[in-house]
Amino acid sequence: MKDFQQIWVYLAASPLLHLTMTLVAYQAGVFIYRKTRLNPLFNPVLIAIVAIVAVLTATGTDYAAYFEGAQFVHFLLGPATVALAVPLYRQFDKVRKSALAILVSLLCGSATASLSAIIIASWLGAGELSVMSVAPKSTTAPIAMGIVEQLGGLPSLTAVLVILTGILGAMFGPLLLTALGIHDWEARGFAIGVSSHGIGTARALQVNEVAGAFSGLAMGLNALATAILLPLVWGLFFQ
Amino acid sequence: MLNYLTLIFACQLAGEMAVTATGVPLPGPVAGMVLLFFILVVRQRLTVVSGNTEQDADSVPEELARVADGLLSHLSLLFVPAGVGIMAHFALLKQDWLPLSAAIVGSSALTIAVTAWLMVFIRRSVSGRSGGGQQ
Repeated sequence: MKDFQQIWVYLAASPLLHLTMTLVAYQAGVFIYRKTRLNPLFNPVLIAIVAIVAVLTATGTDYAAYFEGAQFVHFLLGPATVALAVPLYRQFDKVRKSALAILVSLLCGSATASLSAIIIASWLGAGELSVMSVAPKSTTAPIAMGIVEQLGGLPSLTAVLVILTGILGAMFGPLLLTALGIHDWEARGFAIGVSSHGIGTARALQVNEVAGAFSGLAMGLNALATAILLPLVWGLFFQ
Repeated sequence: MLNYLTLIFACQLAGEMAVTATGVPLPGPVAGMVLLFFILVVRQRLTVVSGNTEQDADSVPEELARVADGLLSHLSLLFVPAGVGIMAHFALLKQDWLPLSAAIVGSSALTIAVTAWLMVFIRRSVSGRSGGGQQ
């Protein structure tokens, strides 16, 4: 039998290892999440990320090598986003009835998301690069990265902050909404989608289809609103 | 099923192309979502106009629903690879961890509260005006 080191070197060169690792880590996360009766602290995405980072660090693998394999999972984000049209279509009657509320809460929510992130981060002394990179944190990752690139920040740092924001919203957003006494699925889904984009939408879809549809809609609209508004706001106030 | 998977990919491709060609600040997949949505609406209209009673005009084709629900049932998984990217930024995160985490936590809470509250408030006042008598 070849020694383990050799086998590992061979496997690490193929995308299969990191692809499988991603699937296993996520399913382990889901398993733990269910075992803890859906305790938000045991978010499956968070568990998977922590586990994978630990393994990669322990084996001295860099992110680029990991992504060679994981890109196949990452690629499916595109088609999955397109597929959000289906729950949206199923709930279209409800969306049409709330058009005014959707428009106003979108614009105010989107402005709150960017401005409050900028203000809090710079008030607590973050460097300009960090402030810029956190500004579009509530926008879906590809758009947020595009905006930050345009402003001159760090797109890859933005991707991380966007995902942390998503996980946080998925974990604690529902608890906050319940504490605020907001129980209707449309408002709950829409608020989670504006704040926590796709990860929040994934969580909302698991709970309720109406919430999922409104969350997906909010994610799309907020991507558009932030992409248009944030560069203007940044140019006006922070340059 | 393969035809609907192809439709989804084609919508994304068309979305990417439209976004690149026009310079609209939207991700290609979001434009693709809008396109698929319009395809579903047009299909519904056509079914109603043609008077075809064989299929339910308002519902999504069963196989499309299966493909879409399949993709969406594991949506969270798809964010894991990008999230692992955190390992490339440990240095900067270590330096600015406090302002960044405060910004994420504080701003998320504010955003969720403002958005949800406005949504409930406006819908209540709109339905209060048109519905009348509703408390």
